[in-house]
Amino acid sequence: MAFNFPAFSYIIALIVDAFLIFFSLFHVIAFDELKTDYKNPIDQCNSLNPLVLPEYVLHLIFNILFVAAGEWVSILINIPLIAYHINRYRTRPVMSGPGLYDPTSIMNADTLTRCQREGWIKLAFYLLSFFYYLYGYVIALENAHVNPEHVT
Amino acid sequence: MSQSNMMNQNNMPNGMPPHMNGIDSSHSSRDSSPTVRYPYMTQGPMAPHRPIPANQLPPTSKTINQLSQNYSNLQINNQLTPRTSPKMFSTSTPNEQVKDNQSQPAIDRNKSQQSQGGVLSPIGFNHSATSHFSNVALNGNSVSNLGQTSQRFNVPSNFGGTQLPHQNSLPSNAVAPPPRPPLQQTLSQPRLMAYNNGPVPTSTSSPQHAVPQNHMTQRPLMNQPNRMPNFNLQPSVPVQSPATRMPTQMRMPNSMQQYPNMHQQQHHQQQQQRYPTPQQYTNQLQASDQLPNVTSNSVHQNSTPAQDIPIRANLHSNRYPTQPQYNQSHQQQQYTQQTIPLQQQQQQKLQQNFYQQSSQNVVQSGFNKLWGVENFDLLQTPNILPKTKVEVPRITLGNELLDHANCKPDIFRCTMTKIPENNSLLQKSRLPLGVLIHPFKDLNHLPVIQCNTIVRCRSCRTYINPYVYFIDSKKWKCNLCYRINELPEEFQYDPVTKTYGDPSRRPEVKTSTIEYIAPSEYMLRPPQAAIYLFLLDISRAAIESGYLHTVCSVLQSELNNLPGDTRTQVGFIAYDTALHFFSFADGLSQPHEMTVLDIDDVFLPCPDNLLVNLQDCMELVTDLLAQLPNRYNNSFETGSALGAALQASYKMMASTGGRVTVFQATLPTIGPGALISREDPSQRAGSDVQHLNPANDFYKRLALECSGQQIAVDIFFANSQYVDIATISGICKFSGGCMYHFPLFKASRQSQNESFEKCLRRYLTRKIGFEAVMRIRCSRGLTIHTFHGNFFVRSTDLLSLPNINPDAGFGMQVSIEESLSDVKSICFQAALLYTSSKGERRIRVHTMCLPVVNNLTEIINSADQQCIIGLLSKMAVDRSVQSNLSDAREAFINVAIDILTSYKASQNMGATSGLMVPNCLRLLPLYISALLKSIAFRSGVSTRLDDRVKAMCDMKTSPLPNLIQQIYPDLYPVHNLHDQNVIENEDKELVPMPPILQLSARNIDSNGAYLMDMGTHMVIIVCSAVSSMFLNHVLGVSDYNSISDEMYELPSLDNEHNQRLHLLINYLNDEKPMNATLQIMRDSSPNRNMFFEKLLEDRIETALSYHEFLQHLKTQVK
Repeated sequence: MAFNFPAFSYIIALIVDAFLIFFSLFHVIAFDELKTDYKNPIDQCNSLNPLVLPEYVLHLIFNILFVAAGEWVSILINIPLIAYHINRYRTRPVMSGPGLYDPTSIMNADTLTRCQREGWIKLAFYLLSFFYYLYGYVIALENAHVNPEHVT
Repeated sequence: MSQSNMMNQNNMPNGMPPHMNGIDSSHSSRDSSPTVRYPYMTQGPMAPHRPIPANQLPPTSKTINQLSQNYSNLQINNQLTPRTSPKMFSTSTPNEQVKDNQSQPAIDRNKSQQSQGGVLSPIGFNHSATSHFSNVALNGNSVSNLGQTSQRFNVPSNFGGTQLPHQNSLPSNAVAPPPRPPLQQTLSQPRLMAYNNGPVPTSTSSPQHAVPQNHMTQRPLMNQPNRMPNFNLQPSVPVQSPATRMPTQMRMPNSMQQYPNMHQQQHHQQQQQRYPTPQQYTNQLQASDQLPNVTSNSVHQNSTPAQDIPIRANLHSNRYPTQPQYNQSHQQQQYTQQTIPLQQQQQQKLQQNFYQQSSQNVVQSGFNKLWGVENFDLLQTPNILPKTKVEVPRITLGNELLDHANCKPDIFRCTMTKIPENNSLLQKSRLPLGVLIHPFKDLNHLPVIQCNTIVRCRSCRTYINPYVYFIDSKKWKCNLCYRINELPEEFQYDPVTKTYGDPSRRPEVKTSTIEYIAPSEYMLRPPQAAIYLFLLDISRAAIESGYLHTVCSVLQSELNNLPGDTRTQVGFIAYDTALHFFSFADGLSQPHEMTVLDIDDVFLPCPDNLLVNLQDCMELVTDLLAQLPNRYNNSFETGSALGAALQASYKMMASTGGRVTVFQATLPTIGPGALISREDPSQRAGSDVQHLNPANDFYKRLALECSGQQIAVDIFFANSQYVDIATISGICKFSGGCMYHFPLFKASRQSQNESFEKCLRRYLTRKIGFEAVMRIRCSRGLTIHTFHGNFFVRSTDLLSLPNINPDAGFGMQVSIEESLSDVKSICFQAALLYTSSKGERRIRVHTMCLPVVNNLTEIINSADQQCIIGLLSKMAVDRSVQSNLSDAREAFINVAIDILTSYKASQNMGATSGLMVPNCLRLLPLYISALLKSIAFRSGVSTRLDDRVKAMCDMKTSPLPNLIQQIYPDLYPVHNLHDQNVIENEDKELVPMPPILQLSARNIDSNGAYLMDMGTHMVIIVCSAVSSMFLNHVLGVSDYNSISDEMYELPSLDNEHNQRLHLLINYLNDEKPMNATLQIMRDSSPNRNMFFEKLLEDRIETALSYHEFLQHLKTQVK
């Protein structure tokens, strides 16, 4: 069998991670726009807030796959980010809709730089993990390829 | 803000008469005050050729003795004003010889600086020598200089005088001010002297300190040429403590009254902006005489004076040549050698001996004291509060004219008067950097300009201001982004003389607070009319509180005084569990009430006639206001649908914008935005305060929608139970509204009703600006970090303010992003674009310029303690909302510790026994300990959650003077007003001015009576052993026990004791936006706690006393 479950979870992680890279790119650009006064904070928050939960969910999805596949190293790498996401959402400002960003406090310089930094760090993390998942995918395929030989 | 198409107007054909409508008029922004047509530069500081009133002229010999007597009474030793030679001040003298001597070297000097100046002053290196000359003529304010300069600049300098009759009444240039009166000058600093005279810390009364002090009493003398030879021979009153000082003052009340102008000067200095008088000019000159102090300061401090002075002197030297200053101290020395009497020469010799013996340190501390940068040991100085109002530190740019031009400190204020040149220096000083602004403050005289082209920088859109550089007559360099811009032809046209010439005659370049009437580019839509909508809570609790009677009667009487024009519209909605709309359709004989029961999906019962033109429907509106108070007497609905009512008002006003005024008496429990009571009364005294955050975001979201449609919501809370201000306040906070809170309101309680009425009256009649935005710009290298106040931040430097009112203050934290070492000064500019109630689009611009320094000691000594407190309290509110209250309290203490530690480190003091603070920060620990006991931040004392949240909101929005008075009220003794100093008020009446006491029970004497001024409220407490004279003549009661518990008014009696107190109270009220309510009580009255809980320095069960707080700081300061 050339294609096993770990390989499947890695290929899903690869695809989803590509999306996440786009998400965080969008995030970085959005905050840059805010900083340079191109966009109204209300509009910007309205466009950013609906994307927060999908991002978290997507990230969670392939991690669940990793758990199912028993890819513990990959899980370990991602656990800090999951914890951060949960904490971030737990301590979000009081708001009725989904999302994190509150137009009244987003322009606060501290919040703005924090969000921007968060975007960059996530972008870097997703990019690096993209290559890691690629590597993991290859290894998983290798294992799938090698293991039957050993057995036989 | 539309920021386009200004450039195509820039290139006007030369010689073409510019379409300049001239300058409108000085505009009285306090609507109630008479609008006097003033020439646009009547503000005094810049109009040089004013006669000096007789009482400001140098004293004749016969009065000298009396005056000096007064000095000793006043505790004025004129120690802190090191004289400069008279030459320094000859900008206002007609003495040509002196002038010539001085301006010539100045020019030379500037030239020489220019050769090396490319590095030193990057702003000015493009400058040509001719403009030096032009500036000499124009800015030196001297007619005598005109001969030296080219004809082009030969303009009369009483610019504004030909067109406008008002100034014609003033004597012309011929009556130039006489040489600066030295005596008066020293008087202009009574405050500093008071400090100096204060009790000398015992620990510092060692010889080390004796020397400098001795030295200082001498110091002023050196520059008193011949006029006052025996000045210092007057026995100075040795004062041990302020308590003993008072009686000395009392001894000669008559002589005090003979020379009211002394006090008056002091008064004027505080009041300059509001009450400009002819005297003001001299006052300001005198005030600015402090300038050279600073210069000489740096001369002495830095071992290389030649290096330092050019920088300071050359700050803007291409515009205002300054005198060569570096040898000024030598001149002084010469002066004194010649003029002082023998006796003092001996003293001086003694002093010199001391100097030779003592170490460098002593000299240093002596000079420090001389320049007002001396330090105090707080533990040894229990009476740290000055006797008069705390003086605002001045910004010194090294040039008098620029200093005069700077924005008034009650409008724009920075936490430090000198900006550190980089962030690490700022961090080292541990001081918070920020500005407080009160942009729409009521101003009595405000230059208003109407012109075709508002001159602004093309890249950063800064408005032209006094701190820009004129490279030549066609170009100017922006002082914020340093771009070189072209100057439109129009700007060189002087409408008064009808000539083209130097642009620096324009009011834009002469004053930092200015208002433009904006052309149509600044409008996104036609200016809106004044539209007012009133939302009245008519639930059972509201009816029971009876507020409706007050509101309706006040509104009825003030309907004609609502700011607005013929387009003004009003509307009313009453709400309980349903919404009650009132239609004022044509043909109705009385208003038609429509009730909407569906509050979950609000709709308007009829599209129009809900908001109607006030003038057309005046009768109907009056009719409604007469009916309303009793209309719902029999209603027993307990719910209140505030959310639905707000949604309805949003729908009514979305197309126009305007102001919604809500009167809320109970917690909104039904409909959208319903809330539940979150407060647990048993936890009120707990240290862990919860629910400071809003419960939901309904009000915030609605506020943002309102803000988008230019609707502001103001709320009056007249509640008797918890109303969750924390949540509801969102609607005001983000729509630029304001909030008033009357806890436990019952209209039957006279004092409450009275203050409610006063507040409402002021609220209805004060000025208002609609559809406003405010932009804060700052020099390159600085950024605005965080904003505080009620607004919505629309972009990094733009605040959206649907309404702006004159009582709204704002704060901004500033961070230094880039090093400022290549500039000499930085600027902040706030521009407020608004629609006046008359439908005019206007821009009010405030500019503040601050010097940049690189010396830690200088930075710490330039701190503005009150402003720091203002900013800290705003930051602490944020902290307690984001984190929790105890964090905020801890942060306060840490700030005090950090600042004191950094001061100690900067002074290399090592291990001293005391707690040393610099002069400029000596009240910081006092204010912080008061803040920790304030309603907003106290813990352990039972505090209603609503009161606490409201106090926090006040900290975010109050203008600084109000805030300081709330944090640390002023306490005056009023039982001996006949013995007190007098000052003169606007109407030339003599007002007794008792010293301000510290808020401690040790200052309360059982035979006294004390007035506590808490800003909006004043309390007079009468102690049991007060003299019967006071009771009879002042209060008009027969004995102590007949003072009722409900005394809310000072009776007007026909005797001078009573009138004195009235004068004092009126004087204190003059400075406030509205009169404070007054309550008179015995010290055994059941309400006395109101007074005694404000004795903030004393220990209470749950908080440290001020002294204990200091002890705590002492242990923490490393």
